[in-house]
Amino acid sequence: MTAIIATESIAATPTAPPRRSRPSRKQNLVGWSFALPFFAMFVVFMAGPIVVSLITSLTDLRSTDIRSPFGVNFVGFDNYVDVFSDPKFRKAAVNTAIFVVVGVPLTMSLGLLAAVALNQGIVKFRRVFRLGFYLPVVTSIVAIAVVWRFLLGADSGLVNGLLDQVGIDGPAWLTDTKYALPSLIVMAAWKNLGFSMIVFLAALQSIPVDLYEAAAVDGAKSWQPFRYITLPLLRPTILFVSVITTIGYVQFFEEPLVMTQGGPLDATLSVTYHAYNQFSFGNYGYTAAVSYVMFVAIALVSFILFRLLRPNT
Amino acid sequence: MTMTVTPPTATPADPPAVTSDGRVVGRRNHRVLLHVGLVAGLILMIGPFVFMALGSFKTTGELRQVPPTFLPEDPTVANYRDLFDRLDFPRYFFNSTVVALAVTAGNLLFCSMLGYALAKLEFAGKRVVFVLVLATLMVPAIVTFMPLFVLISNMGLANTHAGLILPFVVGALGVFLMRQFIGGIPDELLDAARIDGAGEYTIFFKIVLPLCGPALATLAILTFLGSWNSFLWPLVVASTEDMYTLPVALSLFSIGQQETNVALQMAGALVVVLPVVILFFAMQRFITQGIATTGIK
Repeated sequence: MTAIIATESIAATPTAPPRRSRPSRKQNLVGWSFALPFFAMFVVFMAGPIVVSLITSLTDLRSTDIRSPFGVNFVGFDNYVDVFSDPKFRKAAVNTAIFVVVGVPLTMSLGLLAAVALNQGIVKFRRVFRLGFYLPVVTSIVAIAVVWRFLLGADSGLVNGLLDQVGIDGPAWLTDTKYALPSLIVMAAWKNLGFSMIVFLAALQSIPVDLYEAAAVDGAKSWQPFRYITLPLLRPTILFVSVITTIGYVQFFEEPLVMTQGGPLDATLSVTYHAYNQFSFGNYGYTAAVSYVMFVAIALVSFILFRLLRPNT
Repeated sequence: MTMTVTPPTATPADPPAVTSDGRVVGRRNHRVLLHVGLVAGLILMIGPFVFMALGSFKTTGELRQVPPTFLPEDPTVANYRDLFDRLDFPRYFFNSTVVALAVTAGNLLFCSMLGYALAKLEFAGKRVVFVLVLATLMVPAIVTFMPLFVLISNMGLANTHAGLILPFVVGALGVFLMRQFIGGIPDELLDAARIDGAGEYTIFFKIVLPLCGPALATLAILTFLGSWNSFLWPLVVASTEDMYTLPVALSLFSIGQQETNVALQMAGALVVVLPVVILFFAMQRFITQGIATTGIK
């Protein structure tokens, strides 16, 4: 272990400072006494379950076996084959993909718009706006669902009530297969845009004002400063926000659980929801396989984002 | 805010403000437009919360009225009476509080200890520990969900407070935050204490932790909010009513029952949201700081 670290640091810096001596026995003892409480819990409740889940995905474990989990059979990749040939999974995967592909850019652009607006020097009561825009991020999805279900109700919902005033016959937002998923996307964007806003705002405030002054002297007009100064300088922040938002949105689950229960006709069934359903049915091997497919998808998407948005070469 | 032609250098960029005097009228329009947009945005963002609060004092009948009323016509606290008499909301409130406090305390202690070890101490396997912990940030929650449930059930902790708390007393994000922050404490300070004969535990509890106030506050508020709002794990682990947390109780009497008791649901939702809003307003500095720390740097 230490050998690897040592060679790496030498390889990285040819004229490196003298190699750090190996920690003494006492140093190891002290260091681990600080690290162990966390690490023990971490192994039992995080790392362990991750490994167990991988192994389970290769078995036919069911909820009825959990008192004797070592009596199960290894079935190779059967669960994974089942996952990909399951029409419910495919439907869920398509829904999740739509949610991510539409939801992430929507959430991030709204967050960026709010951040740019709040970053104008002339804005009054900036703190009030910032707090208000961020509030949905920190509130319980269950509580939010209570209001949103009511707002989007087909007959007596507030949204359709308002549409009715201007002579539009609003659709059944949550029970029509055409509108259910888009409604959840809008709701998720509403709930999460505050996070993007806060991060973008912090990044915008670190851009030196002289850059804009210089651009103005050079005759930059309307959108040009934003396009040629703000956006390029925000690139690392955009990468960060898009990775965090994407990792969250790929796991999209609680919104359909509290708003539509995955319906109507699986129109809002997501991959995590599908895994959760299979967990409830007791199909633990299958559940584990679906969750590992998710894991790989998240790693892949993050990797692609890093490639797309890495600093210009 | 007087309108000056020269841009205020201290305040952040306002591109149109930089242009010459010919744009003064344009700037006034710009400012009005900007504020109209922001206020409209604010109404959309906090409107649902206002609606929730006002709705909790209405009857379900009034809530269903078309066109809708804004203020309650005949304010009633019947919904709140139902929450506390007919449903056991004080008990759910107690459960949520106990779980959130325990999870927060665990994270503060364990994350700052490991953070200190990673930032300031040398020991074999340090790098491996750090990489392993960070790597789990990308693992979707559903991966550990089922094994954790089997584990907690086999430990006999299903439907107990311990079962709700234990899986969350350590978190990777907290380690990251504390390691960053403690890394910024000058080594000279710690070395001076070591020369004076202080042990690492004395240094940690007497010097490092007291300097970590802002980071600990950030971690505390983020962990508390996360635990308070967490929903899926308690939904599966708490099987009898005396173990429900607030979100579980609210979901069980609201989901799938859209047509009945909307006013009662609004009151329940407000009980879930209100403590968060109060905490959030009191500690918002630490929330935004924490996001900026973990995010930007």
